[in-house]
Amino acid sequence: MIDATGEPQSVALLGGTSEIGLAIVERLVRGRARRVVLAGRDAAALDSAAQRVRAAGPAQVAVVAFDATATGTHDQMVADLFAGGDLDVVVLAFGVLGDQAEMLAHPDRAVELAEVNYVGGLSVGLRVAARLREQGHGRLVVLSSVAADRARRSNFVYGSSKAGLDAFAQGLADELWGSGVGVVLVRPGFVRTPMTAGLDEAPFATGPEQVAQAVDRALRRRQHVVYVPSVLRLVMSGVRHLPRAAMRRLDM
Amino acid sequence: MSVSRRTDLAPSLLTGWGRTAPSACWVRTPGGRAELLELLRSRPDRGVVARGLGRSYGDPAQNAGGTVLSTAALDRVLELDPQAATVRVEPGVSLARLVPALLDKGWFVPVTPGTRHVSVGGALAADVHGKNHHGDGSIGRHIAGLTLALADGTVREVGPDGADDDRALFWGTLGGMGLTGVVLEATVRVLPVTSPTMLVRNEPAPDLDALLAGLDEAERHRYSVAWIDCTGPARRPFRGIVSMGDHADAADGVRGARPGRPGARSGARLGVPGHLPSGLLNRGTAKAFNEAWYRAGTLTRGSRLEPLSRFFYPLDGVADWNRLYGPNGLVQYQCVVPDEGVLRQVLELLWSAKAPVLLGVLKRLGAGNPGPLSFAVPGWTLAVDLPAGADGMTAMLDRVDDVVAAAGGRVYLAKDSRMRPEHLAAFYPGLDRWHALRDRVDPGRLFRSDQSRRLGL
Repeated sequence: MIDATGEPQSVALLGGTSEIGLAIVERLVRGRARRVVLAGRDAAALDSAAQRVRAAGPAQVAVVAFDATATGTHDQMVADLFAGGDLDVVVLAFGVLGDQAEMLAHPDRAVELAEVNYVGGLSVGLRVAARLREQGHGRLVVLSSVAADRARRSNFVYGSSKAGLDAFAQGLADELWGSGVGVVLVRPGFVRTPMTAGLDEAPFATGPEQVAQAVDRALRRRQHVVYVPSVLRLVMSGVRHLPRAAMRRLDM
Repeated sequence: MSVSRRTDLAPSLLTGWGRTAPSACWVRTPGGRAELLELLRSRPDRGVVARGLGRSYGDPAQNAGGTVLSTAALDRVLELDPQAATVRVEPGVSLARLVPALLDKGWFVPVTPGTRHVSVGGALAADVHGKNHHGDGSIGRHIAGLTLALADGTVREVGPDGADDDRALFWGTLGGMGLTGVVLEATVRVLPVTSPTMLVRNEPAPDLDALLAGLDEAERHRYSVAWIDCTGPARRPFRGIVSMGDHADAADGVRGARPGRPGARSGARLGVPGHLPSGLLNRGTAKAFNEAWYRAGTLTRGSRLEPLSRFFYPLDGVADWNRLYGPNGLVQYQCVVPDEGVLRQVLELLWSAKAPVLLGVLKRLGAGNPGPLSFAVPGWTLAVDLPAGADGMTAMLDRVDDVVAAAGGRVYLAKDSRMRPEHLAAFYPGLDRWHALRDRVDPGRLFRSDQSRRLGL
């Protein structure tokens, strides 16, 4: 159960090797979380992620095989996820960034990205939400991006997949209103992780630990949408209203 | 599998009085004993827990995704027996109804918590104590017998003088947070009183030494308690006001006193609007409130006659005062520690963490009872209200828990909404005994609550 100060006792991470996801799990394990489920594709990487979580605190860690694009397996995967009992927090942290130039040249790459980021998120999000509704409590943490707020020329393919996921999560939150289940929609800016290694940093770049801190706070204060860093809420409300011409020339 | 709502009946989102950690529960309100037993025998998914008026602060009267059995319709006062000085009631009767009914006939409840908006069932499940604990113990000491509905759908009468098995179930139920069965009827011993008025004295104490000495002195009275300022100035932290009282004799007369029919009025004079923002209660407002409260206390020092409701239920005058804490709700932390040194340690921890304590209450507790989960044991008990969403709250209260556990103290389950499960066995040395009882009376764990899940109770 999540206690009065927002501390969960169990957490599942989809995208079990995600740097941001693991930072969130580690932070919760340093609190009250004692049961962790990591779901991902790469068994060896999951095992080392499990080691990392165990090093953070006295938690039991289980791993579950999960491929975001294999939607036909998701019923079974979600059943495995909940095999150990109720889950207080489920984090959807899987996703790919893609190389935009390559995706423009090879549209199939773009379809693959959308299948992971959007279709996968939708497929898992609905199934997990149904389980959380049945148990009458819990929080679904969805990692979106500021890229979902306004399409940018330099990464609009990725941005469009996150925009789809973001809109889905907003609507799901309203659908779950009154069910005891909440959705925390996280919109980080540029986060320094292996996924972004080698890229030029955008303004307001942040680290996985800051995202974890923001999620922790959102759980405590029952917040719905969080920007990391929080100043991006203000920045993005400006960016959303920029004229197209200005947006094009900014070349972000 | 579908996300869509079940349309037969919607679940209700429930919290305790602290308005933290809501969960969705299927609320059923049986109209009578047969219906209640039927419900238990149907063994609903994810279990059942009884709920009275939802006045415990945390999550013991909610059951996420499962059934919550409301006792609202089981609210009859069955029989007042003046010879035996007992009253037999159903669990859903509130003290707000019972107290005036008893006062009309010259009786009073043996123990009352700080609000009259509690049900008798809830009071028993928490084994509540009041301002008379130093002399009279908690409510468990005043129960002649209970009729319980058990997990297997049978009914059993238990009391403090029964066979070993009955006695274990009786004491495991008092303080058992509703996890041993549902109270169908309780026979409560009542106290004869000759007037609905209290003879009250308030003494301000400028520092902790004076406050503790004042509370020692106050034990001569049937009722005593102190308000303590945990946000006071560095040179003199922990000032307070000791308040003591006795039931006034009909012959007592103090000039200017207007006894009236105090217990009969349960309406609040003030209310708090909904949808207040969070952060309204912070260190600054808490300090200002405490300063004003202390000054008011120094102005009203001395003896006077007071309506019973004002003495016992001062906060009931403000309806929904819990809303002051905004959407994140409040945590009430209440512990008991065996000696003054540990009490000072706990207070220092709260003070140095700059905890924004709006209301602090300090009292000396007397002898405990055999209930393995019963809270009240000899020592000092401190209760403080804190905003739940504040940064660092978890870590600060965990540190206080560590001190309390190391000293052999306890944290009160009726107030708890955040303790670590690891601490439970340290707080309650009889926990194994209680679990053994639970294995006997509810092996399938029909009775479950969010608190029982959270703490592994």
